[in-house]
Amino acid sequence: MAVDVPDDLRYTDDHEWLRDEGDEATVGITAYAADQLGDIVFVELPAVGRVLKARESFGVIESVKAVSDLYSPVGGEVTAVNGELAGRPELVNVEPYGAGWMVKLRIGRREELDELRDAESYRSLLAG
Amino acid sequence: MTRATLLADRHRALGARSIDFAGWEMPLQYRGILDEHRAVRERAGIFDLSHMGELWVEGPQAGAALGYALVSDPAALVPGRAQYSMLCTPEGGVIDDLIVYRLPDSGLGRRYLVVANAANTDVDRETLAERFAGYDAAISDRSAATALIAVQGPLAASIVQPLVDVPLDAVRYYSIVEGAVGGASGLIARTGYTGEDGFELFVSGDAAGSVWDALLTQGAEAGLQPVGLGARDTLRLEAGMPLHGNELDRATNPFEAGLGRVVKLEKGSDFVGREALAAVAETGPARRLIGLKVTGRGIARHGHPIAAPDEGRVIGTVTSGTMSPTLGVPIAMGYVASATSEPGTMLAVEIRGMGVPAEVVALPFYRRPRSDSPAGASAAT
Repeated sequence: MAVDVPDDLRYTDDHEWLRDEGDEATVGITAYAADQLGDIVFVELPAVGRVLKARESFGVIESVKAVSDLYSPVGGEVTAVNGELAGRPELVNVEPYGAGWMVKLRIGRREELDELRDAESYRSLLAG
Repeated sequence: MTRATLLADRHRALGARSIDFAGWEMPLQYRGILDEHRAVRERAGIFDLSHMGELWVEGPQAGAALGYALVSDPAALVPGRAQYSMLCTPEGGVIDDLIVYRLPDSGLGRRYLVVANAANTDVDRETLAERFAGYDAAISDRSAATALIAVQGPLAASIVQPLVDVPLDAVRYYSIVEGAVGGASGLIARTGYTGEDGFELFVSGDAAGSVWDALLTQGAEAGLQPVGLGARDTLRLEAGMPLHGNELDRATNPFEAGLGRVVKLEKGSDFVGREALAAVAETGPARRLIGLKVTGRGIARHGHPIAAPDEGRVIGTVTSGTMSPTLGVPIAMGYVASATSEPGTMLAVEIRGMGVPAEVVALPFYRRPRSDSPAGASAAT
């Protein structure tokens, strides 16, 4: 099955994506992760202003069956969270790269972006 | 070693995602747990339950033997009726929960079918065989040769009827009849684990594939969907039904689980666990199974502590929890001290270290609309 892996994003081994927008970045989970979790029914996100380290857990996502931690791809301060997900967590399944985004970060050290996978590398991870 | 049911190739072809459940490769979900859950509540779903155990008990004293081995009163069943039962330890703990069906007598005498949880089938068979010593009753395990397919939901009867040669109107809730299912000889029981009307169809393994296919074809227009263990769990939880391993185990007695009515202390004969269970019935259980609706943010899950809201003192544990697809709120079952088990009591569930408010509510969380009740269901016990 072909899984959507947009070319313009960066990825973690834990199946988060990051969209680099200069000073800021938007973070979510990949279509593959959303599909693996199944129907998502609950998302717990951090408070705006919280400073995260790279690979730090910033929240929790729950499907009907499973509970998973969310990890920040890079360090930075949370500048926004997707409040829409409190009432409509299913957006993560429907539009994982769009309306299902989770947090925006002010990127601490841009060098950390180099640690992330590009789309081609993430596709090869999925192909395992 | 993981075993697969005779329908495993069907599940793969339908795109099922599988899990290992009690040593069996079983479908967790096909299209998605929420979708499958709604199909059963609104239309109908088809389940492969072939992992469950089918133990046949036959003989002149089959009823008496089961009456000694189990806490219920199978001897009182008339042919064609079923009862929910439990196999308990001498201390009153639940080894397994079962459904006992009585079939018409054979040349060997009385005949019962005991349906067991997959993980417990072996221990149930061995325990029953031990307890049958001295009784003229034989047990045979036909689990491997038997396929069990359930069709559950408000449209179940209309989907099953064209494929069986018995009038389903005459099959009351908790009844069973012998008949042809998709041309193969089988058993048609009006039982289930979803809170909906529905049927459990026992057929030989050889016929499993053709019966499954025929039901899917027959139900296509009505919106029948294959349903995996994921939705089976959310459906039974909404219906307030216990799952062995979660709500029931050897450290739990039927009275704690709110199932004291299953224990027939008044039956005329002795049974394993009688003394211990009579004592619990006398004093009342120290802890009770409760329903919880989480009113704060978070989903209570198996193993989460339950606390008194103010002082944060732990008073119990969540045994099952999920986001209720029908109610749209997180629901859970768990055990707490009897003093804090009254509906309306505010408690807290500790979810990742945070006390999240939850209200004790009466079980079940979901009851099907009366208009969908099968004929005779109101008279069933």
